[in-house]
Parts: sequence; C-alpha cells; structure tokens
Amino acid sequence: MKFAIQINEGPYQHQATDTAYHFTKSALEKGHEVSRVFFYHDGVYNSSRITTPPQDDRHIVNRWAELAEAHSLDMVVCVAAAQRRGVVDDGEAERNGKDATNIHPAFRISGLGQLIEAAVEADRLMVFGD
Amino acid sequence: MSKIKKFMYVNRRAPYGTVYALESLEVVLIGAAFDQDVSLAFIGDGVYQLKSDQDSSDSDQKNFSPIYQALGDYDVSKLYVEKESLEERGLTLEELMPLTYEDEDDDWAEKDSIRVVSRDEMAELMDQQDVLFNF
Repeated sequence: MKFAIQINEGPYQHQATDTAYHFTKSALEKGHEVSRVFFYHDGVYNSSRITTPPQDDRHIVNRWAELAEAHSLDMVVCVAAAQRRGVVDDGEAERNGKDATNIHPAFRISGLGQLIEAAVEADRLMVFGD
Repeated sequence: MSKIKKFMYVNRRAPYGTVYALESLEVVLIGAAFDQDVSLAFIGDGVYQLKSDQDSSDSDQKNFSPIYQALGDYDVSKLYVEKESLEERGLTLEELMPLTYEDEDDDWAEKDSIRVVSRDEMAELMDQQDVLFNF
C-alpha cells in the first residue's frame, strides 16, 4: 500500500510525531511505500536542525533524517506554516532577507500543493495530530 | 492526475483559539486548484468558524471569516454543518454566515452552500470519502 503522512504537531510537546515516525518506519519495514511525509501547523518544527534535546532523550529531528536517508523519504515542510514559525532554508532566507537558516537538509520546504498531490496519489493519507 | 477523489476537510475547532482553522482554509484554497470532489465538514466547536458577525479586533488576530464567503468562487460549495453541534452550542442556522455558490448545472442559480446534516448523516458522508483531512 502507498501511504502519505501528514504531521500536524511539533516535537516533544506532542506525541503525534513519535507515533507518525513509528508508523512510517513500520510501514516501510513491512514493504509498504511512503510517498511523502508532509509537516504542517507546528509540525514544521520537526525539521529544525538546531534542535538540541537532552542526551538521554530521543532526537526526533535526526531520527526522521536517518529514516529518510535509509528509505529515500520525501519529507516536505509547508512553506506558509514555516514562514509563520521561523523555519527557514537558504531560499527562504534569501527571499525574505533573513540572517539565518535552521532547516535540516533531510527536509525541503514547499507548498501545500505537495500535500494535496500526495493525498490524491496515495492509497491512504494518514493524519497525525490532535 | 486523472483520479478524482472525494476530499473532506473536517473542521473541529473554534476559529481563533488555535491556528488550525485558518491553516485549514489555506489547504482548502490550494486544494481547490486540484479539481477534486471537495466538501467541508463543521463539527464540535468547528461550527463557530461559520458564525456571522465575527469581530476579532480586540485579540489582534485577523478576522479571516470573509474567506469562507469566497469559497463558492473556488467551486467549494458543499459545507456540511452538524445539527447536533449547533444545538449543543445554542446556535441556529440563521446565526451563521449566509454562504452561497452559483450552480453551473442549473443556469448559475445562486444556492446555499451550507447544508445542516444530522450526526448520523455526517458519519455516512465521512464514510463515503477517499481522503479526510482533520483540522
């Protein structure tokens, strides 16, 4: 089965991204396809490479990045939600005159059309959040 | 993309306490360009999103309720509002914004976009969907 994943909540505050991670990992290990993971609302914070959790805690951002690396996952951060919340890549920094970037290179910033397209093309859209 | 799917956006939250309602609308507007069979559901506190005469000025938040009035122009013309959710909050259909669309299959007659449905009917509608977005 081909899944698309939507994550609506930020890391550590909420379990949604943990559950989404374990779902995605299990689906991939069982031979299913995950065509895209889309981060929306506060979910965009899951992509900040400067995230620094205590050493004895899981590193949610790096964990997603490692899963993406292992399975060539397409992880997309919503541009509108990211702009509101200060999640920035090189292109956005240049366009909006910002002096820093913080997105992890395993993620890319793009539009909501990517979410709709993923929902159209997947067999199932799974939404994680409240 | 040739498949036309039934998309339902489920709005469950009051409009200003969190950003979910506004960011849900942003998805709906972008999604309208994809020519899917789109509907919106309003349940629970989500029914407050359609309340007429919204005034958010004291909260410094943008009053985004006019965007709902534009949905008809985006061919988003099926807004299902749950009857029980209205009643539980002491609201009536008359207290919601009058939202309309022009029906191209009926000589562009102006029709109401809001359809009040029972909880059971809403469950049936959800069951018919290919994709449910929860906000």
